[in-house]
Amino acid sequence: MSAKKTILIADDSPAMRALLVSTIEMLGDYRIVEASSGFEALRLLPRVKVDLILTDINMPDINGLELISYLRSNSNYLSIPVFIISTEGSQKDLEKGRLLGANEYLIKPFAPARLQALISSYLCGSP
Amino acid sequence: MRDQGSSHKAVKEFLAEAEEVVEQLGSELADLADLADGGELNPELLNSIFRGAHSLKGLAGMFGFSDISELSHNMENILDSLRLGKISLGQGGLMKVLFGAHELLTSLVRSVEVDGAARTDEIAACVSRINSCLVPSPVKETAAVSPLEQLGLPVRVTGALTEYEEHRLLDNLNRGRNIFNVHTSFELTTFDQELAQVSDALKTCGEVISTLPSIGAKMETHIDFDILFGSTRPLDGLQALFGNDTIVVTCLGSADTKPASAASSLSSAVISSESRSVDVSAVALEAAKPATASSATIDDAAQSSKSMSRTVRVDIGKLDELMNIVGELVLAHSSISGIAIRMRNEGFSRMGIDLSKAARTLERKLTDLQRGVMEIRMIPVGQLYEKMSRIIRKISREQGKKVELTFNGADTELDKLIIEDISDPLMHIIRNAIDHGIESPVKRSSIGKDEKGTIRISSYQKGNHVVIEVEDDGNGIDLDKVKAKALQKGLVTDITSISDREALDFIFMPGFSTTDNVSEVSGRGVGMDVVRNNIAAVSGMVDIETTKGQGSRFIITLPITLAMIKALIISCAGRIYALPITSVMELLLLRDADIRTVERKEVLQLREQTLPLLRLESFFSTTRSTERPGEFYVVVVGVAEKRLGIVVDDLLGQQDIVIKSLGESFKRFRGISGAADLGDQRTILVLDAAGMINETMRVGH
Repeated sequence: MSAKKTILIADDSPAMRALLVSTIEMLGDYRIVEASSGFEALRLLPRVKVDLILTDINMPDINGLELISYLRSNSNYLSIPVFIISTEGSQKDLEKGRLLGANEYLIKPFAPARLQALISSYLCGSP
Repeated sequence: MRDQGSSHKAVKEFLAEAEEVVEQLGSELADLADLADGGELNPELLNSIFRGAHSLKGLAGMFGFSDISELSHNMENILDSLRLGKISLGQGGLMKVLFGAHELLTSLVRSVEVDGAARTDEIAACVSRINSCLVPSPVKETAAVSPLEQLGLPVRVTGALTEYEEHRLLDNLNRGRNIFNVHTSFELTTFDQELAQVSDALKTCGEVISTLPSIGAKMETHIDFDILFGSTRPLDGLQALFGNDTIVVTCLGSADTKPASAASSLSSAVISSESRSVDVSAVALEAAKPATASSATIDDAAQSSKSMSRTVRVDIGKLDELMNIVGELVLAHSSISGIAIRMRNEGFSRMGIDLSKAARTLERKLTDLQRGVMEIRMIPVGQLYEKMSRIIRKISREQGKKVELTFNGADTELDKLIIEDISDPLMHIIRNAIDHGIESPVKRSSIGKDEKGTIRISSYQKGNHVVIEVEDDGNGIDLDKVKAKALQKGLVTDITSISDREALDFIFMPGFSTTDNVSEVSGRGVGMDVVRNNIAAVSGMVDIETTKGQGSRFIITLPITLAMIKALIISCAGRIYALPITSVMELLLLRDADIRTVERKEVLQLREQTLPLLRLESFFSTTRSTERPGEFYVVVVGVAEKRLGIVVDDLLGQQDIVIKSLGESFKRFRGISGAADLGDQRTILVLDAAGMINETMRVGH
């Protein structure tokens, strides 16, 4: 097992995932796992040890809020930091995400540097 | 933000995705318009449209395309109000505004690569049109106690409902539907397929409002789901839907009937079978399949990430590179075969034979590789049809014509590049069919036709070509009118001397149009000559068949791929050329005496048909330094129904070649589709049969 920290990205947009991946890759050598929906994130979670989750809210099948609700009710995932990465829009949804236990939220468009800083601070700087 | 680290690759991803989103938006908007005509809105469709605009806005914002972001933001806004029921579609031609916005959005996305010309005014106008539609519908009186609260959903459930899901829940209640909680428990290893099955089954009889994952008694091996579901069906009917007793359906109530204790039953993690739920839950969890060994290894993890996405988006440039490499491998193989033959001739016969064998194996594998790469480039023509159907519906709506569309052979495959290139000409032909072909409903019924016109688009493979036919049952092309116009334009001197077939060819002449009143749809400068040229650019041909009063059929014949082809290598006047083997019909060995001259043109009598001949040296205006041979070959080429004989000095054999483009500046030269490397440092021109045929026919008139 490698000591690299793993970041799970759940977003249904391949381009957004590509952008997040390149942003993270510039920050350091993290292991990145991508899921194109909340559903796929659920499939991956039992199989990969994840250290941080970036999730969109609006996704098909299972949305970001539902995903966070599950993460926070499951003792296995309770402590994984979750960042919501979403488009400004429904403030209510973002507020709910916070109530459900999301640690941070970033509203598109955001500066990649901000995401990098947040990742560093949550993962203690080392990949 | 474009400069802040978003890599070039990511920008490409953005463009590919933005185009996809825009395309899907368009087709869904057309669906929405169709449904709106019927009065009923499909919430799932509406939500999908919203999500399209929503994700485009976010993406464009991240990549710094602020105009796209702004426009999609405004579209998203109004779509959000629409899906949340704050406004209704009936107001102020909202559909038209949405179509307009989508059109602008499409052109913004398309122009990203080309130029960055600011279109602020256009966007501002569009945005103001959108906002003028944002007049809220009269708000329905809200009950003193929210119906949602009456359902008694636990915070765990309501806390994870998005605003939209809440709205859907309310809407279902307002429509008097029963709200159910469907609780399921699946093994972690297989839950995806099983959940999909349950969702699909539910969708046949109602609306899935939300799917909330939760943990049940067997947290380590299982995952549970609470699906909120609205349906007009009663509880019994729903439970019967699943022969499976691991699924527990609980009725949470409807707008008028309130359940006794749904709240308490839901607040526990596992739904009990009390109150109105079917009495199966007691065995539900016990009956769940035994847990399998669940120690997830790293291998598992790797596997799952691999299987995560089964499709890969690949830049076609990369495929071209691959194809080039394959082509070079083929050339390398030729030289190995050559060495093998030389070895045998020079006394190393044993080794020579072994090397030949190895070369043959290599050849077979190369053929497989070549086919594999070729197949990756192939996409079904059906992708094009989606776009067509959207535009057809839009145009026919605008024109007040009723058009029914039928598609055949949507799974016929074509090279991606060809599909892209023929999209515009095909669209133009279809626009023409609606605009000039299909009559108005009134006229149609007055002449005894069905009010609804039909446009049939079919595609099929024919040898090494793919044929796409566009057939309408409109009024056909008036050939007399075409002939009269040709006379008026001075193209012919005597109407009676031209056949119907020749008359049809006039339609493809630049600036030739029989319609006097230019409509908004077609006939706006882009003529059929452009259509023919665009199709010829991908080595295709277009033919017309028409019957007055009964309709027309456009037949487009295209090569399956442009990438690597088998070619006949020919020589003429000291130069070497390649001719795609797919267009070669037959080879003839002739003498000068076999050629006749009709109207100062050389022709050949071939099986009761007069075959026009073309000499490459005069076609390319090159000078002949060598003597014309007494005996020579004629290569008969044909595309669709047209034939042409090309006079050549010698045939040098067959070879696989990779056609390389000569670039923009050579595009205007007809009859050449590119250059190819013969593998011995000789570069030759590849002839384009369709282009030569077109050119000869054109000059012929």
